[in-house]
Amino acid sequence: MSDNAARLRGKDLLGIADLTPSEISLILDTAEAMKEVSARPIKKVPALRGKTVINLFYEPSTRTRTSFEVAEKRLSADTLNIAIATSSVVKGETLIDTALNLEAMSPDLIVMRHASSGSCHLLARTCRAGIVNAGDGMHEHPTQGLLDAFTIRERKGRLQGLKVAIVGDMLHSRVFRSNVYLLAKMGAEVWACGPPTLMPAGIEQMGVHATTSVEEAVKDADAVMMLRIQLERMEGGFFPSLREYFQVFGMTPERVRLAKPDAIIMHPGPMNRGVEIASEVADGPASVILDQVANGVAVRMAVLYLLAGGGDDETAA
Amino acid sequence: MPILMDSERISRSLTRIAHEIVERNRGVGDLALVGVRTRGVPIARRLAASLREITGVEVATGALDITLYRDDLMKTAVGPQPIVRRTEIPFSIDDRHIVLVDDVLYTGRTIRAALDALIDFGRPKTIQLVVLVDRGHRELPIKADYVGKNVPTSRRETIHVRLAEIDGRDDVTLDQAEGERA
Repeated sequence: MSDNAARLRGKDLLGIADLTPSEISLILDTAEAMKEVSARPIKKVPALRGKTVINLFYEPSTRTRTSFEVAEKRLSADTLNIAIATSSVVKGETLIDTALNLEAMSPDLIVMRHASSGSCHLLARTCRAGIVNAGDGMHEHPTQGLLDAFTIRERKGRLQGLKVAIVGDMLHSRVFRSNVYLLAKMGAEVWACGPPTLMPAGIEQMGVHATTSVEEAVKDADAVMMLRIQLERMEGGFFPSLREYFQVFGMTPERVRLAKPDAIIMHPGPMNRGVEIASEVADGPASVILDQVANGVAVRMAVLYLLAGGGDDETAA
Repeated sequence: MPILMDSERISRSLTRIAHEIVERNRGVGDLALVGVRTRGVPIARRLAASLREITGVEVATGALDITLYRDDLMKTAVGPQPIVRRTEIPFSIDDRHIVLVDDVLYTGRTIRAALDALIDFGRPKTIQLVVLVDRGHRELPIKADYVGKNVPTSRRETIHVRLAEIDGRDDVTLDQAEGERA
């Protein structure tokens, strides 16, 4: 039955920019079914039995790598983790050579995080295996965008017409880019706020309202998303001090009160408490920060399942 | 497209099956119904309503999606994936008599997948199978305990079950397959 089957075009998930609204809905709907698997006594289904997934992480990551690994294991895939500190990259091997060598072991999917924007596209052109972007430089982090949208939709029942405020470092943030593309495609109204030095050039062309006033961004918002101040990227002197940043942009209980009474507070992690978000807000009743982590597994299961392909549209009775 | 069962026939068959379930299990204690998505679910709910009328007892009813357990899931390298829907079994199946419900029994592969899926939820005392239509051509050693109607078919034919809850009307028809499908 053709109405019972659906697909993502293409073998890779490189960015939200490439997805259509119906593909995004397909991933979010599939994630809803996947979420139930994690609530079972036996948290495992045989869908990806015999498939090999390589997690290739060129940048440190705890949450995302663990989340992908849990998702792969719940789908019964065989997983391999390649941590760059112990690999031949430290001996000078290029990305393409590493990829070709991995490809020779015929993996079905490669999940990659890399410090260079566009590295996943390069890998996708070189490899027959499907590539899942787990964050490439300052470009995109599509599964984070999807899990954020899933979390909002779960709480609000929809994305269309919601006001979402995103506050923080937009310049260095791949999470920002993926979220903006996704929310704009699904009809949400996005307000972006942060110091002008941390706003990407041409931000208005991304279809967002840009402002330097947190109060304006947060006012009547349905969801408030904080972005991490990336302390490791702050040598440039983008703002005077962390203390001052918190004073001007930090999410305090007083600022949260400007949003809708049922607004949710989000953060992709890892949090800098007292820099972009006050502890009372991070741990408060409106916070869905740990739901985001739980939903990350479901969304990644959905992406891996949909990309692993297979199954024609025949339904055996 | 000959009509094999109309609304009245479907309803009589399900009432008869409900009586058979009560007879075989000597009541409905420790019994639960699990419908296989999509059309097994409304059939299971109708059986639950019949069982309530007969015995006065509300029988727990769940829905099982077997997509992630299909044996043809990864047969080709790239292709559309069947849509995964939610499984909802809001009760323990441990030590219960589980009545699995589906619309059509054909190759038996769906039921094989359903058995695997069900066993991931616990260890039922027994699993029994209800189907509205058994059309033959089994590829696995599986047989139904309760059958609405046995229909001899050729592999080139398809059986369409329509239910009011999903399709707006109740009937079962036999159609000639279009092209190479089914």
